[in-house]
Amino acid sequence: MVAVVVGIAIINFFLLQLAPGDAAQVLAGEAGSATPEYMAALRKQFGLDQPLYVQFGRYIGNVLTFDLGFSFRHGMKVSDLILGRLPATLLLMSASIGLAAILGVAAGFIAARNAGRLTDTIISSVALLFYATPVFWIGLMLIVVFSVWLDLLPVGGMTAIEAGYTGFALAADIARHMVLPSVTLGLFYLAVYARLTRAAMLEVMTQDYVRTAVAKGVRPYRVALHHVLRNALLPIVTMLGLQIGSVLGGAVLVETIFSWPGLGRLAFEALFQRDLNLLLGILICSSVVVVVVNLLVDIIYTLLDPRIETI
Amino acid sequence: MFTKPSLLTAAMVVASGLMSEAIAETPRRGGTLVAIVQPEPVTITAGTNVAAPTQFVSGNIFDGLVTYGIDLQPKPALAESWDVAPDGKTITFRLRKGVTWHDGKPFTSADVKWTLENIWKTIHPRNKAVFLEVSQVDTPDEHTVVLRLNRPSLPILSTINASGAQILPKHLYEGTDFLTSPWNNKPIGTGPFVFKEWSKGNHIILERNPNYWDKERPYLDRIIFKVIPDAAARSAALEKGDAHYAAFSPVPLKDAERLAALPNLKIETRGYEWLSPLLYFDLNVDNAYLKDVRVRRAIAHAIDRNAIAKRVWYGFGKPAVSPIPSTVKQFHTADVPKYEFDPKRAEALLDEAGFKRGANGVRFTISHDFLPYGDDYRRTGEYLKQALKRVGIEVNIRAQDGAAFIKRIYADRDFDISSSWNGAFPDPQIGITRMYWSGWVGKATPWTNGSGYRNPEIDKLIEQTAVSSDPAQRVKLFHQFQKTAQTDLPTIPLIELRFFSVHSSNLRDLTVYGDQIYASLKNAWFAEPPK
Repeated sequence: MVAVVVGIAIINFFLLQLAPGDAAQVLAGEAGSATPEYMAALRKQFGLDQPLYVQFGRYIGNVLTFDLGFSFRHGMKVSDLILGRLPATLLLMSASIGLAAILGVAAGFIAARNAGRLTDTIISSVALLFYATPVFWIGLMLIVVFSVWLDLLPVGGMTAIEAGYTGFALAADIARHMVLPSVTLGLFYLAVYARLTRAAMLEVMTQDYVRTAVAKGVRPYRVALHHVLRNALLPIVTMLGLQIGSVLGGAVLVETIFSWPGLGRLAFEALFQRDLNLLLGILICSSVVVVVVNLLVDIIYTLLDPRIETI
Repeated sequence: MFTKPSLLTAAMVVASGLMSEAIAETPRRGGTLVAIVQPEPVTITAGTNVAAPTQFVSGNIFDGLVTYGIDLQPKPALAESWDVAPDGKTITFRLRKGVTWHDGKPFTSADVKWTLENIWKTIHPRNKAVFLEVSQVDTPDEHTVVLRLNRPSLPILSTINASGAQILPKHLYEGTDFLTSPWNNKPIGTGPFVFKEWSKGNHIILERNPNYWDKERPYLDRIIFKVIPDAAARSAALEKGDAHYAAFSPVPLKDAERLAALPNLKIETRGYEWLSPLLYFDLNVDNAYLKDVRVRRAIAHAIDRNAIAKRVWYGFGKPAVSPIPSTVKQFHTADVPKYEFDPKRAEALLDEAGFKRGANGVRFTISHDFLPYGDDYRRTGEYLKQALKRVGIEVNIRAQDGAAFIKRIYADRDFDISSSWNGAFPDPQIGITRMYWSGWVGKATPWTNGSGYRNPEIDKLIEQTAVSSDPAQRVKLFHQFQKTAQTDLPTIPLIELRFFSVHSSNLRDLTVYGDQIYASLKNAWFAEPPK
């Protein structure tokens, strides 16, 4: 597993070298004017004046000693930058994943139990709509309706900093700011979970053991919950694993639309700014998350279905 | 009365309305102003970083030696008065007494001397050239600074505002490496607002400086700069009143008209005079087709700059006739070779140059790299494609991000036509001549001579304007410079951009200076307490 992460780190490093232009050019470009002396000073400061193998050596040395390096653009340690954005990211992600998984599975469950009837048609059509609508459009429409027209929720950001809330008022304020971004981000996955749950449940329903359970006289509700849903959860867990794996960078659009100070935006901006230390740091953290989540998914498989053996 | 006024007229009505209000009303103290800063600045000290968002914030924390009025004439700030000796080789500044840094230490002539010698003259992107001729800085007492120059450098007086030549506290920076100093992100200035907090990706908070030398000011208690990356979300925040002020054309041009019609918002196009931005195409003179001046002139004739201003830029621009924008009144001249929109003339010139239409109607194919700073530049590129197709030139539009664009145009020079904009500043030597001076070719430095144009005659003109001490002589030299530039046409000036700000109509006296977007908001006040 460590080898996987180090391998990813090495590939990332050389992949990012392919991007044309460097951080000094970006800074000089933003400044609207520059002198060669200024750019040389920046390159020296960033370590970009060193040959590639020296830069690579430094980077690998850092990775192996759990040091993510320094972002010269931000003038901060990469680990501090990531930790600073982590709470906002985790908050948004847990809210949206929770919303998507719980409501999605519930909707899929109901749809499957009513397969072919009106309820199913409505749930499936709404899910298809959420699935097909671009995330940024949903986000903007929610802003227009709930913030601008109805004036119920804030347009963006994480807190109303100008109000100076503390304690519970602050928590309530953050919760208000979280509603629109987590719904926006959650709707797409909600649709995915609903469709997955419905399809998996319908498939399980045709299994012999379900017929046996029904023949035994088990109440229909119990059959659906214990015999069908539990066995239909495997693909949901796989999807959940994938979604959590994308936690550290999957929300660029939503974070941008709602000015949410999360990691996705940090990574996205780092790419355009050629802040390679920062970008590599975020990518390494993401790969660690993906590896760990994959392991957890495998373990959950064995819990849900004891026939699957741990490796 | 019943026809819809154009946006610019509306803005001018607003502007004149504001001025009369300013006379009639007494400013009200208090309130928190929420401004939008986008993109998030890299640093909020403009010592070496002169990016727009940096200066937008930093101008509130620091003072300059002077500020510039809407007419771009310098007005006293940290310098109460100044003299330029008749030979132009001595400039004396008399500094304001009793000014302190935000940490309580006194501001003295030593701070000016240190910053000039260690920042402006060494690594400052714009000022290095302007202060190059300063041989010695004398500080006969704590409140007098005397610059001694080898040769005159009149542009100095056009760049000494809070963001153009920011004075840094010597006692915090002396003996340290400026670029890595922690003070860059928690600056100590002398300005009307004190730095309080910067939450990266979120907001920057400044608070009123109670010890500010201009006793009445500032009127606002706090300024919060919020980072809002999405343009549509910026529109919504302004419309809803969650934010009161945003600059640098913060919303899509097509949204501006809608916002201007709302009673709670105003659109302002003043405050950018110091910048005087000019949009232009650079034509790579090393290209097999573009090296022929007749082809370059043909392209200029094929482009309707009126259409670019009116349709592509929604009226937020004025057709340019020369590389020095008309807003830089002192040096601009319209007496230059002009290239009226005339596709027939363009075709005749192309035929004359030997590039006849082929069997498919195409003369030749070139590429266009537009400035990757938003949709407006992409649309300008699409206009170019259509305009040139009409005269038989096929254009392939290429898109890339900022870093790749700069490398391609200024380092690799692997392009045919690029678009970009430069601020002219009150003195064209600061922002315009670098587009034409051959010394910049191949220096891999952004926003310099992108076309690769080399002409000893124009080089000489540029060098003379830099060191002439006679203002009248400099005007003559700059007029000649514009004629030569428009004759050879390595760069086609397109429009003088009109950036705009959006602000709450509850805010008064927000735009007082010609460099307002880079200056402080110490004059701004809320007519009614903000919600």
